[in-house]
Amino acid sequence: MTSQPILEVSGLTMDFGGIRALNALDLDVASGEIVALIGPNGAGKTTFFNCITGIYTPTEGNVWLTPPGGKRVSLNGLKPNKVTERGLARTFQNIRLFPKMTVLENVMIGRHCRTKAFILGAIFRDPRTRREEQDILETSYAMLEKVGLGEHCDEFAENLSYGAQRRLEIARALATEPLLLLLDEPAAGMNPQETIELEGLIKKISREGQAILLIEHDMKLVMSLSDRIFVMDYGRKIAQGTPREIRENPAVIKAYLGEEVDA
Amino acid sequence: MDYFIELLFSGLTRGSIYALIALGYTMVYGIIGLINFAHGEIYMIGAFTAFIVATVLSIYGFPLLAIVIIAGVAAVVWAASYGYTIEKIAYKPLRHAPRLSPLISAIGMSIFLQNYVLLAQSSDFLPFPRLIRDFPFMEPIAHIIGSTDLVILVTTVVVMVILTLIIKFSMIGKAMRATSQDRTMATLVGINVNRVISMTFIIGSSLAAIGGLLIASHIGQINFYIGFLAGIKAFTAAVLGGIGSVPGAVLGSMILGLTESFATGYVSSDYEDVFAFSLLVLILIFKPSGLLGKATNQKV
Repeated sequence: MTSQPILEVSGLTMDFGGIRALNALDLDVASGEIVALIGPNGAGKTTFFNCITGIYTPTEGNVWLTPPGGKRVSLNGLKPNKVTERGLARTFQNIRLFPKMTVLENVMIGRHCRTKAFILGAIFRDPRTRREEQDILETSYAMLEKVGLGEHCDEFAENLSYGAQRRLEIARALATEPLLLLLDEPAAGMNPQETIELEGLIKKISREGQAILLIEHDMKLVMSLSDRIFVMDYGRKIAQGTPREIRENPAVIKAYLGEEVDA
Repeated sequence: MDYFIELLFSGLTRGSIYALIALGYTMVYGIIGLINFAHGEIYMIGAFTAFIVATVLSIYGFPLLAIVIIAGVAAVVWAASYGYTIEKIAYKPLRHAPRLSPLISAIGMSIFLQNYVLLAQSSDFLPFPRLIRDFPFMEPIAHIIGSTDLVILVTTVVVMVILTLIIKFSMIGKAMRATSQDRTMATLVGINVNRVISMTFIIGSSLAAIGGLLIASHIGQINFYIGFLAGIKAFTAAVLGGIGSVPGAVLGSMILGLTESFATGYVSSDYEDVFAFSLLVLILIFKPSGLLGKATNQKV
């Protein structure tokens, strides 16, 4: 992949008291790419997501985002809502929807950061506000159609099946028009059928040019989806490369299976 | 029967005022989980602002309708800016502190504002100009429901409808509901939570100011202390209906207003507060989450 990088992370370090959860991590994602971040439990993958989305403030290191054809912007020290505005959107390992809002409203909320209307517009309903609302409604419907939830738009999010909630979370993230979509273990807890559907969905989104960075434990899914893979263990990057390279990398095998004992 | 209906309307009027204040409590609680004890003072400041503006304008001989509108707008804007500022000064720095700290800060704010108005405006009861004249068409039923009561009821209903529409359909309303359900997630989908919190305070304070204006012109006098009891009563109403729930706050307020009104009419006005607070105790014993508490209802 030689296209221009969207996300660049260099030397990212995160300390919790005396524990170094991330240690000088470098990572990059190019436009249109699917990159996977894998590693044993507790390797620091979710911490990495939390650092780049502004939930945690990293101890050291830099995060940059480059819009296509635009100037590189630093995400250091930005609040999560500003990070989302700049173009990072994420889903969670344990689904976090707004349970008491409808499916459609959940997606519309994702459009919030791309709208301007304020309270006076809501009261007086001037033409501009109305046009904007119409626009939000249309894009949100389109987003739901894309993930296959078109018929469920008036149900409460909490009443959807598990797999559907996942897809809704992805739709909500996409509604923010991200440059890069972060998926935190999208296949966790899914049955094989749902995983296959998810794989199809991720491929479809990717074909439309969406860059994706995902954390995942399902190796079959990772190997079939990813263009490149980064492997972490104990907060460090221990390997990076194409799926084939990673499969044959001794450091990776060691991290997952432990050291070979000489007989 | 006339007496019953009279009490019914007077109860609904009281309930309306409580509801206008209780909404501020319940919305703020829904968003940041704080009981804003300074909210009663916002209502009092709204009443005082309306009082000052109305008095000045009537000296200059403005027509009544113009006075009502200008005084109302002034009260709303001024009270809203107080609500906004209080949040920024007294609560925002304590956002991540233990829950007790902002509560104490709120009580401090309440005491501060009472004494500030006491110093600035004296402790006397001040005569509030009669802003709402008797409508001729109300003449035949004036012994059952006064013109002021009618205005209060209608205004409250209109305000409630607007509020419901905002919460349900507008983007800011959606952002408010999202923030109350999961604040971290709300910021991750790009919602500026600080702005949503500020908006909540502004809306709540505006409603309280409208309540202050209405009740002051109904009773005809104000002093620095009116916010305290009204605040406590409205808070009771919010808890009664299930704090955090918007329809709950309105329901609780109406029940409280009616209870007080009937207790006053059929028993004795000395027992008004006894009945109101006994009701609270009963609800807290048998349904601690309030009538429309969390489990079944949407919070804001």
